[in-house]
Formats: sequence, structure tokens, C-alpha cells
Amino acid sequence: MLKHMVRSLFARPVTIDGPAAGDAALRELAAKVEALARRRLGRSLSIREIDAGSCNGCELEIHALNNPIYDLERFGIRFVASPRHADVLLVTGPVSLNMHEALLRTINATPQPRWIVAAGDCACTGGLFAGSYACAGALDSVVPVDLRIAGCPPTPLQLLEGLLALLEASAGKVKAAAAPPAAG
Amino acid sequence: MSESALRPLHAALAAFGHIVDGHRPWPRYVLDVAGWGQLVDALGVRRWPLLGLWADGRTVHVALEDHSAAEFAVASLETRDATYHSLGAARPAAIRMERAIRDLAGLNAVGGVDDRPWLDHGQWRITTPLDAAGVRPAVRRAATDYRFLPVEGEGLHQIPVGPVHAGIIEPGHFRFHANGETLVRLEARLGYVHKGTEALMQGKSVADAARLAGRISGDSTVAHALAFCRAVEAATGVDIPARAHWVRAVMAEWERTANHLGDIGAICNDAAFAFIQAHCTVLRERVLQACAKAFGHRLMMDLVVPGGVAVDLAPEQAAAFAGLAVDLLPPFEDMCRIYDSKGSLLDRTVTTGITPRAEIERFWPPGHVGRAAGAGRDARLVPGYPPYTELSFAVPRFTAGDVDARVRVRMEEVRQSVRMIQRMLVAMPDGPLRVDVPAAPGEGMSLVEAFRGEVLGWVRLAADGTVARYHARDASWLQWPLLETAVYDNIVADFPLCNKSFNCSYSGHDL
Ligand code: SF4
Repeated sequence: MLKHMVRSLFARPVTIDGPAAGDAALRELAAKVEALARRRLGRSLSIREIDAGSCNGCELEIHALNNPIYDLERFGIRFVASPRHADVLLVTGPVSLNMHEALLRTINATPQPRWIVAAGDCACTGGLFAGSYACAGALDSVVPVDLRIAGCPPTPLQLLEGLLALLEASAGKVKAAAAPPAAG
Repeated sequence: MSESALRPLHAALAAFGHIVDGHRPWPRYVLDVAGWGQLVDALGVRRWPLLGLWADGRTVHVALEDHSAAEFAVASLETRDATYHSLGAARPAAIRMERAIRDLAGLNAVGGVDDRPWLDHGQWRITTPLDAAGVRPAVRRAATDYRFLPVEGEGLHQIPVGPVHAGIIEPGHFRFHANGETLVRLEARLGYVHKGTEALMQGKSVADAARLAGRISGDSTVAHALAFCRAVEAATGVDIPARAHWVRAVMAEWERTANHLGDIGAICNDAAFAFIQAHCTVLRERVLQACAKAFGHRLMMDLVVPGGVAVDLAPEQAAAFAGLAVDLLPPFEDMCRIYDSKGSLLDRTVTTGITPRAEIERFWPPGHVGRAAGAGRDARLVPGYPPYTELSFAVPRFTAGDVDARVRVRMEEVRQSVRMIQRMLVAMPDGPLRVDVPAAPGEGMSLVEAFRGEVLGWVRLAADGTVARYHARDASWLQWPLLETAVYDNIVADFPLCNKSFNCSYSGHDL
């Protein structure tokens, strides 16, 4: 254990420069997200994730954002446990009707201004579950959506790109004057 | 008790009813009401584990196994007045399945132990969506309208949790009853991510339905697609090319490795030991990146297709996999050693969340939940399917049944999968990847080992070869009820550890 800690102290971080060293896209993206997050949000963006009927594939990739390779927290973007602490609701799944009410309650528990992001094809369009008796389908049929991140599931890189886009878009959206989504 | 009930499974079912043609690879027997009654009686005295219980139109099917005879079979009852005799008293695992059958197909289990709805929360657009006699209009009720089991006693309090949880996990509701810090009961309410997957598959081509099967539980996309495709291939009598079996198995073993790595890390993290998680998630990420390079998708969705596989494993990618397999194990073994050497970590996992022996024998849970408690058949070996039948390996088994034992099963399975991949890369035959599946009717069943345990797939194909009915029974169906017994007498704070060590699928269960 001690050996590992000492090794970690002197090793180059795995983050970006590690196994993904060849991944210029990730490095470039990371720099952009970081700069924007700092400027716009004073280094803080809190995300509450909600599974609204996902197959759990999207959750796996959202989880990966927290691994030391993507290390989302260094941008000041972090996942929070309570919607009351969140700026962003990151919603996955084709809005299973059994989750509909819990989703609306979670949205309503999130203070304004807030951004609602549809992550994954299911949340964007209903995906393969569009038309099911048990799903509402696309998230925007239930609540206005600020951003869509396509993919089945979106890769961690695509999710990072999406968050960057959100930060860019948020520049034009003065936080205090955000239109109240007509949820619930 | 009739004497036939004492025979091996196939002989007994042949006495209770008659065998039907065209169900592969294991036989199916049609029983009448009296025969079904004999089966219910036999289940009271025989140990035949229940593998699945589902409805196809007005017919109820039960899949059973006979350990001692190594036999598998399906028994079916064509219900007349939409009722059948409940199996719940003899096989508690049947209780939730019967509730799901009523919600989906409108068939009622007579003498059932629990008459509450299960998957239907009163929110769908229609009721009984799989009812052959015609679906009915929605009967709406409040989402919160549900009778949890009562608990009485001095000093007890309730802790309701979910469906939205604190972390990035799937939704479900847990109703805890605690006495101070000690749990006296956990009751789960599931169904929140029910998507109507089985209904969506009906009428689809096998190619389209396979994509839906791959989304029954995203973490097991390879295993569920494999279960579907093997059932279809059994139904149509298709022999897929040898290489396809091997490419599928390489995918399946990387999927197992990636999931166990993620879970081992997450379990340690729930014991506040983030160091192991950080390292395990890096190893997991390396696996996913390699799979993306080799196959074009990190989770390998839509690559197992009816008749074979959609992509080949190119020689340079096979070489990359071989390199990864060599690189992966030393840092992984370091993590295992650290796990073993930390008293504060073992203090949280050893003797925590023990699955009671009696419950193991009532449910026969598959996967690490069973194997940590001396049970847990591995479908790769029994009944077995290619290429595993050509690769000898031992199934890791422990007896403690606690969180620690479930961690150790997973550690051993990581080692085993990585070594198996190394052997497969050498032994893989060359050749074609895919054959056409004829558009023909048939019935087929499959048993496939996913990372969390066995998946049962059952398909009935219509005359034009489209899917008339597909049923998938994820391992979670046989594991969720065990979680409720494993947390008994543990402290509330240890629930996340117990839960993560099981890591049942919500989507795989809710469908
Ligand atoms: S978008 Fe794909 S991965 Fe995400 S929940 Fe839907 S089916 Fe699963």
C-alpha cells in the first residue's frame, strides 16, 4: 500500500497524459471545459444524475467521467447527491412512466436557474423504446431540454463535449433570468 | 405423492404431461391442470431449482433444472380461465414472477402468496400489455399507492429510500425497518425502469429484436444479446461458424472483467476505501478503450447478432488484447493484495451481509451471489456452450456468503476471464463470422452466463421468422430477494456495501 502511495506520488498522473496520451481530442476538450467552467461558473457546476428508465449503459459511461482518466472534478464539475444542490440535471432513459413522477419531483426540487440535459439516445428521442406503452419517450416531451447529448451510450468524451457545449450556451443565458421550465 | 414425482425431471414431466416437438435444445412438456397440480406437488419434495416463470399469451411456462440428472426442461400449462396454480409456496422465487405475469399478461396465480402488483405501478398507457385476449385500457392509480409489508414492534422506525438514490445508480425503492441502527427488514419495490421491452420485441425481425435484447441491461449487453441469439439459433436449428463462438466469448469475457473491476472498486469505495476504486476504474477504462478499438463500441453493443457476430477481431487487435491481458493482471493483483492486507476494509466486508443457507437452497441464486455461498452453477460449463466446452476452468466457490466472499468470487473471475482470453486468442479458429438465420418458426431456449449470473432466454418465432414472444430472465430475479435476507441484522450503514456486492440489475429485472 505504502509502496503504491509513494509510486503514485512520483508517477505521472494517468489523467489525460496517461493511457489516453495519444488522445489529443480529450486533452484539447479538457482545456476548453476547464477555462470555460472557471470563467462562467467560478469553478463550480453541480450535476444531479437521474435515471429515468435507462438500460444502465448510460450510467456506466457517466460513472467513467469520474475515473482518474477523465477526472471530471478537476474542472469543478461534480456530481451531487441532492437535486437541491444541483445546477444541472443530467437525465438518461426513455422516461419510463413508472419514473415519470419521481423525475418531475426531482426537477421541481432543483432550484432555478437550472439546466436540463438529455444524455443518450433514449433521453434525446426515446431511442429504441420510442412508442412503448410504458415510456413517455423523448425527455423534451415531458420537460424543456437545454441540451441533448446523443449516443447509445454517449462515450465519456461525448459527455465531456456536451458539458462544454452547455457551458458555452450558458454564457448567453443569464443565470438569474433563466426561463422557468414548465415542469410538473 | 405419485411415484413419477420421484423420477428425474424429464421422466417426471413426461408422466405429468406430454412432450412437444420443436422446442430446442431442451424438451418442453405440455401439462393439463391435473398435470400442473402434480408438478406443484413434486416441487414440494424435489429440489429442482426454478430457472424462470413467464407467460406467452394464455400459456404459463416454467423452466426447471434437475441438478442430479443434469437435466433442463420447460413445463407449460395452457390456462383456460386465465388462472393457474401458484408455484410461490414451493418456490419463493416464483412469487414476484407470478406478480409480473399478472401485471403483463393478466393471468392469475391461484393460491398465490402475494397479490400485490409488481411491475405495473398504475402509470402505463394500457394494462396487461402482453394479454393475448386483448390489452385493456389503463387503470391509473397513484404511483405511491403500494402496500408495503407491515412491521410491528416497539422502537421500530421506517426509512424509505428511493426511487431516486444519492449516487449515479438505477432507480428502485427500498423500505427499511430498523431498530436503532439494526435492520430488521428490507423490502424492495422495483419496476421503475420497466420499458415494455418484451412487448416491443414482439413482431420484430430477429435482427431488430437483438438490438433490444442488448439493451435489457446495458452492463450485460453482450450476455443478453448472446442469450437472445442463442435462443433464436436453437429455435431455427442454425449452426453458427466456429469463429463466431470464439469472438462472442472474447467479448463476453471482457464484459465480465470490466464489470467485476468496476464493482470490486465500488464495493471498496462504499467501505470508504477510494484508493482501490481509483485503480480499478483505470483498469476498467483500459478494457473499455481496448474493446472500442477492437470492436468499435466500448460496451460492445449490437455486435452479437443472430447467426454470428457483426465484426471480426483483426490480428492487430488480437495482439493488443494479448498485451492488455498481460498488463492488466499485475496491477490487479496489487489491488487484491491491498484488499487482503487492510484490516479496516476487511472489517467492513467479512461477516457483513451473509446470505442465509436456507434461502440459498430456496432460491439457488446464480452468479457471485450463489458462488459466494457454495451454490451458483456456471452456465458456461453446465449445460455449457461453445467455446467454453473446449476450455477447462474451475468455478470459484466460497462458503461464507458474505460481502467478502462475493468480492473474492469476483476477483477470481477476473483472473480467470483474463487468462481465458489469453488462451482463446491463441486457440481461435479462422473462418466466417456469420450465417443467415432462416425465416422459420420454432421455439428455443438458452442459458448464458453474464457477469452477475445466468441469463435465461426463451423465444417463440412466428411462421415468418419474426419474434412472437421473447422472455429474458436476468440473474437479478433470483438475487434481489436474497439481498433482502442478507441485510437482516446488519447496520443501516452497511446496506450500500451489501447492495453493491450483489449489484443486481434494475433494468434487467424491470424489463
Ligand atoms: S441511450 Fe442506449 S445506453 Fe443509454 S439508456 Fe438508452 S439504450 Fe441504454
